[in-house]
Amino acid sequence: LDQKWTSWCSVLQLPANFAQPEASSVKEKGTKKQVKLKESRQAVNNIRRLVEEDDDEDDVERVSWSGEPVGSISWSVKETAASSQRADREPAFPKISTDTPSISRSQSGYSLSSLFKGKPKVGNFQTFSDALTDSSVRLYAPELRKPKSEYKDYVSDWSPEETVQRLQQGKAVSLERFRTLQDKLLLLDHAIAAHDGNVITAVLIYLKRTLCKEVLFRELESRQTALRHFIHYLSETQNQRLLLELHRALGRAEDAALLQYKEHLSITDENKRRDFLKNCLSLPFSAEDLAHVQDHYTLLERQIIIEVTDRQAERGGKVEIFQKFPRKALILNMPLITTLYYCCFYHYAESEGTFSSPLNIRQTFKISEKQYFVTALAARAKLKAWLDVDALFASRNWLGFTRKKSPLSFQRVVDILQKNSAPTHVLQDYVALVDDGELRLTLAQKHKCHDIVISTYRDMKDRQLLLGYRGKVVRGSAEERKIDDLLSNPQIRWKN
Amino acid sequence: MMRLRRSHLICCAASKEKMAAHLSYGRVNLNILREAARKELREFLDKCAGSKAIVWDEYLTGPFGLIAQYSLLKEHEVEKMFTLKNGRLPPADVKNIIFFVRPRLELMDIIADNITSEDRHHSSRDFHILFVPRRSMLCEQRLKEQGVLASFINIDEYILDLIPYDGDLLSMEYESAFRECYLENDQTSLYHTAKGLMTLQALYGTIPQIYGKGECARLVANMMLRMKREFAGSQNQILPVFDTLLLLDRNVDLLTPLATQLTYEGLIDEIYGISNGYVKLPPEKFAQKKQGEGSKDLPTEPKKLQLNSAEELYAEIRDKNFNAVGAALSKKAKIISAAFEERHNAKTVGEIKQFVSQLPHMQAARSSLANHTSIAELIKDITSAYIIQCFPIKSHYVNTYIEDCIAQKDPLIKILRLVCMQSVCNNGLKHKVMDYYKREILQTYGYEHILTLNNLEKAGLLKPQTGSRNNYPTIRKTLKLWMEDANEQNPNDISYVYSGYSPLSIRLTQILARPGWRSIEEVLKMLPGPHFEERQQLPSGLHKKRQQGENRTTLVFFLGGVTYAEIAALRFLSQVEDSGMEYVIATTKLINGTTWIKSLMDRPESPTQ
Repeated sequence: LDQKWTSWCSVLQLPANFAQPEASSVKEKGTKKQVKLKESRQAVNNIRRLVEEDDDEDDVERVSWSGEPVGSISWSVKETAASSQRADREPAFPKISTDTPSISRSQSGYSLSSLFKGKPKVGNFQTFSDALTDSSVRLYAPELRKPKSEYKDYVSDWSPEETVQRLQQGKAVSLERFRTLQDKLLLLDHAIAAHDGNVITAVLIYLKRTLCKEVLFRELESRQTALRHFIHYLSETQNQRLLLELHRALGRAEDAALLQYKEHLSITDENKRRDFLKNCLSLPFSAEDLAHVQDHYTLLERQIIIEVTDRQAERGGKVEIFQKFPRKALILNMPLITTLYYCCFYHYAESEGTFSSPLNIRQTFKISEKQYFVTALAARAKLKAWLDVDALFASRNWLGFTRKKSPLSFQRVVDILQKNSAPTHVLQDYVALVDDGELRLTLAQKHKCHDIVISTYRDMKDRQLLLGYRGKVVRGSAEERKIDDLLSNPQIRWKN
Repeated sequence: MMRLRRSHLICCAASKEKMAAHLSYGRVNLNILREAARKELREFLDKCAGSKAIVWDEYLTGPFGLIAQYSLLKEHEVEKMFTLKNGRLPPADVKNIIFFVRPRLELMDIIADNITSEDRHHSSRDFHILFVPRRSMLCEQRLKEQGVLASFINIDEYILDLIPYDGDLLSMEYESAFRECYLENDQTSLYHTAKGLMTLQALYGTIPQIYGKGECARLVANMMLRMKREFAGSQNQILPVFDTLLLLDRNVDLLTPLATQLTYEGLIDEIYGISNGYVKLPPEKFAQKKQGEGSKDLPTEPKKLQLNSAEELYAEIRDKNFNAVGAALSKKAKIISAAFEERHNAKTVGEIKQFVSQLPHMQAARSSLANHTSIAELIKDITSAYIIQCFPIKSHYVNTYIEDCIAQKDPLIKILRLVCMQSVCNNGLKHKVMDYYKREILQTYGYEHILTLNNLEKAGLLKPQTGSRNNYPTIRKTLKLWMEDANEQNPNDISYVYSGYSPLSIRLTQILARPGWRSIEEVLKMLPGPHFEERQQLPSGLHKKRQQGENRTTLVFFLGGVTYAEIAALRFLSQVEDSGMEYVIATTKLINGTTWIKSLMDRPESPTQ
């Protein structure tokens, strides 16, 4: 990979790792800042004590605890709503879920691209009156310009232009008089040229009702703006079937496939969802996406089998692990790696032949070595199965010696173990394997791996540090004796 | 009559609008826009004669809060307010029920449910709908299908395109604008943008010069010019406030929002999310309000704070690099402490009186300092917690770093930001790398994210490398995007907002002002979409006679979103003494990398992940 990018990355950090090129320099800055913040915190506290008595905040704007200024709209909605609540209502209004991604999408979608394709200019806008008449008011509340039309309201035989204008003004108008295909298309083209999405959609709704879909699709293909609005309309009204047909008719096979696949999200029953995914396999996905959808199907199929078996085992009460660690959630619809973790937790020792065997899952889904390793390590550490943890690292070289090997840095290994509250004697083995001397020492100090610290200081021949460390170990412990032995050892040539 | 009306307005502006004073401090008085919006609102309310209850689409209360307060509604006989939800409307003894809603079909279903469950025999209430920001045929049709359309006496729209957020900031808060433009090829948001800009010109005069870069910018400019032609006949007689409009497509600079903003305000947004000028914070740090109360009832509800330039201290520190915030706060602390110490020197009655008269102001300053010290502490805790875990990236390859993040199950959005960043910087990812990332992401976070990955590809944030040359290094060097020695404390270049990286979007803006885009033609051609310049004729007599040394004003409109760090960079440019240019910022949506990527996902992350 481009080496340059690596240096870039050091500048362009993402949230949650405020990392800078050198961690040490950041730490320095961090401490400096800490001092500054402490200063202002102190000042704040002092002042508070000082002014406690006259703290009635009369002139300060009144703010409710939630921070809403008293009198703001959202505060008032809560207030007036609460006061009008009857006893049998729930105390608070539940929030409308607003976490869908397309929150503020507005309506039918106005689109204008047609404007710029040299279509004839429409509309007679000369009659718009200028609302800006009184300049003395303007300074404080100028009127916004609004086209106000003075159209005759009583005629019903509107031309396409007039129909479009009336639609724009929200006036009643009948589209039924546009009967021939030619008339309808003329109306549509005028709507497109008026670049008001509302009107385009209104006309499309009429065309959808009165034209057969083959004709409609064909005509839309040469009118991209209208086509986009039609797609938007169909997806807003959740007319999946017609939308799929449209995509197919336009030769957008992959889009259609993805669209159909997306529907699985709304199926809650796991068996129905599985069957749905199975049917998806015949859709015209790209080769790459198809492989993923296949995996998705295989995974869910397996999760269903595992769920049934494990539920029985749990109820039967004979399998120890389910008694000791009752399952907290269903495994259905969990991601693959979560499933692997689950299997490493409950089904670790199973032979490769079963569906729930971690090794089988690894094989079937081609999970990378690192991912498998991290997941198994975390699961076994959680169970405090230190022997299993140990075995994960075992590697025999050709002479038959075992040594610990890891696809992961040992620093990360220590991190994972420590998060699962591994005891010091376990941690120690892995801290010792950290390559970088300085890092090893830092980790050893952090995790109280005294032996490693002591022997590192000994190797550094640093008597002062060793002496200092003596104060940190438990009095009368084996570590203290070890330090004393070293300090009184005449054979060591201390550097200080 | 006219006189009366005017004085009434002045009175309104003076007494009740303490809240919005900060809008008029800037170069351009954005309070005019707010006043216009308030006037429209009053007019609509007066259309429904008699007592009223408003049923709110809850999403709208945020943006509306920036326009009006409850007192305004109350003056126009609004007696009750409810949140829109299914079932029967709460009892309220009012003549009118008004629904304030966005034009969304699911909301129409709720309204229909409200109306059908209304007791027809006992109720003679009138129903009205106010669509914000536009009426929609689709919605009206839905109401018709549900058989309730005839129940409405009044169906109207309240055009709220550009909402003033601060003295120099306007946003449409149109969340899906980027997704619609670049994913769904739907230019609805651009139409709204053009309309909003027309409104703005009606209030602040025709903007004589329009520059733009990008496909969407071109479309918006075309729409504006066309709309102007349609209005021909009525000349705009207002002396132009803005000299230049610059329209910028977000996809000209996809990289900037992906990186973490490192300004104070940017970090608050990255970590806690600022919405409609408010931020919700964990309450613990704000709890010790009074010492006597003890710690028995610590609030569990998040602490909500308003953030804008009305707060002196916040205006001072919001745009600083976070590493310079500590120093600024401690300086402020000293000043405030000293001011409080003054009371010992107050001997005479007069002196004491003067001290007391300043107390409210000092109290406010003190509580502001307390709040921001707390926020800075919160942010520091979060950022430094990660410093401990972070490992030097220089010695690792990016691939390994991302791979490790996935293995640690870091939030999906963080992974997507990283992967997209790598793709954008390298003009795509090698096939092998891309396949590998995809597999790892799908295995770890769920196969349904195939949809999200596809969306990112369509939006151009993620792509496989093709044979074509990677222009990024050239762009970076020519525009000096990467500065080795960014001065975070006393910045001399916009790159301080990302601690060494200058947002490309802002560099383009800076160069346009001086020496002009002609100097970077080559680079402009490498960036997507056309670049252009248009002029709008002004009626004679409205040409500005510029005073010697008078600054020019540019309105920069970001189509598809802008980050707080970019805003900070523009404010920095406004303040540079010899720049001769002041900037007002407008956008479809205030974004950060997380909200932006989220808007492109087909299934937003569940909160547990």
